[in-house]
Amino acid sequence: MLYSEQVMDHFANPRNVGELENADGIGEVGNAKCGDIMKMYLKIDNNVITDAKFKTFGCGAAIATSSMATDMVKGKPVSEALKLTNKTVVEALGGLPAQKLHCSVLAEQAIRSALSDYYSRQGIDPLPIVGEIGECASCS
Amino acid sequence: MKIYADNAATTPVTPEILEVLIPCLTENYGNPSSIYTLGMNALRTIEKARAQCAKAIGAKTNEIYFTGSGTEADNWAVKETARRLRRTKGKTGIITTNFEHHAILHTCEALEKEGFTVKYLPVDSEGYIKADDVKNAIDDNTAIVTIMYANNEIGTILPIGEIGAVCREKGVVFHTDAVQAIGNVPIDVVKQNIDMMSVSGHKIHAPKGVGFLYSKNGLTLDRFIHGGAQERGRRAGTENTAGIAALGEAITIACEGIEERFAKITPMRDKLIKELSKIPASRLNGGAGSANKPRLPGNVNMSFIGIEGESLLLNLDIAGISASSGSACTSGSLDPSHVLLALGLPHEIAHGSLRLSINEYNTDEEIDYIVKVVPEVCAKIRAMSPLWEELTKGQSGWERFAPLLSPIA
Repeated sequence: MLYSEQVMDHFANPRNVGELENADGIGEVGNAKCGDIMKMYLKIDNNVITDAKFKTFGCGAAIATSSMATDMVKGKPVSEALKLTNKTVVEALGGLPAQKLHCSVLAEQAIRSALSDYYSRQGIDPLPIVGEIGECASCS
Repeated sequence: MKIYADNAATTPVTPEILEVLIPCLTENYGNPSSIYTLGMNALRTIEKARAQCAKAIGAKTNEIYFTGSGTEADNWAVKETARRLRRTKGKTGIITTNFEHHAILHTCEALEKEGFTVKYLPVDSEGYIKADDVKNAIDDNTAIVTIMYANNEIGTILPIGEIGAVCREKGVVFHTDAVQAIGNVPIDVVKQNIDMMSVSGHKIHAPKGVGFLYSKNGLTLDRFIHGGAQERGRRAGTENTAGIAALGEAITIACEGIEERFAKITPMRDKLIKELSKIPASRLNGGAGSANKPRLPGNVNMSFIGIEGESLLLNLDIAGISASSGSACTSGSLDPSHVLLALGLPHEIAHGSLRLSINEYNTDEEIDYIVKVVPEVCAKIRAMSPLWEELTKGQSGWERFAPLLSPIA
């Protein structure tokens, strides 16, 4: 199996590792049995994501996609973060081995899960905005 | 520092073996089936290697059949024996264990599709099986028993002599995959009642792409690859003279040096186990390596919960250490290693496994470095692991894992 240079860079020097104490949205996806858990924290001011952090239990691709996904939403309006897909994360990482694509799905879901939490905290039903956050096809 | 600690995966070709190998490619390149001197010289080289392989395991020269790998030898032994005994005696039963190498497990699964019935004997929580378990499983329908000599992941050594005696008493063909055991434990196929045995070259410093099947005289061995008359008409294809010569040399060196190597490697293994066991919430997989829980001298297999094996390996690689894991991500499937699951371990613990396999070329300095780096890497990964966070904060099910692991703090 081959990882791209970008994946190895984000794995070896992951961006945005940690927690946000006063996060406005927290999302957690995956489970320990599968071997992947991603937990993402978002700080949101005036509908802009001003900070993003993550903690991930998982393989190299899980850590690299968490790092890249948090990097990609940081500084972006929530409306743009909602458009983040696993495909854009994979492209930004210079590709992923086929058997690792589910990690990028998990990263997308973790961001959307945190945004769901953000809306819920404000008393807004997240479902029409964020949509259903399904199980990762590989993990169900 | 660059440390190779994955010798159970493969080994480098050593200079003394390269010296045997190279001339077979450059000077002694004749086709062993050719009648002229160049051909006969190649044939002599092969027959010398055959005698070396036979001597190393207490067999006769004409009981050795060269193959392209240990996997091929496994396929050959199990498939052709099972098929022959169904054809001649109507037997359709196969007995094996649930923690064999995939070369055996997937072969057995393929035979199930042909109508054979396979009993997968469960190993105990430390990765052992008793000869009595095999005895009780054998019935009139049993065609072949195939049980590995030593496990490739957790290094446990099974009581092959006792199992061989049981099979002989019951009149059942006994095959063992000795790919990991060869050169680590003394093997005598006669004393241990082994009917068939698979060996690979590249685990003992021969190149990849060569192995052999030992098949006892008197036992019919059907042709596996059709074509020319090589390997007494049973395995066609022009012989890999260089690989075979290297294997003959490698197995001689490996089997003559068992005691010396054991004395050198075992203390290094035990130091790794002792020091890495100090990592919180960890465990040793497989027996401790005592007389009644024998373990390969170079095998260490530990689990660290809250850590995923692949990220552990990538971090170790960055630190210069090559090692292996049984996590799902490294097993190429969604489930972690079937060997670790066979021990009864939950997925969460199996995902965090690390296999270090050392040999006589590793040094004390390297062991010290591994012992220093692994805990640092584990701490780094755990610091960013939500699973570890949950376990340390007592939020999620530490009590479920506690009986299997060392204390968490």
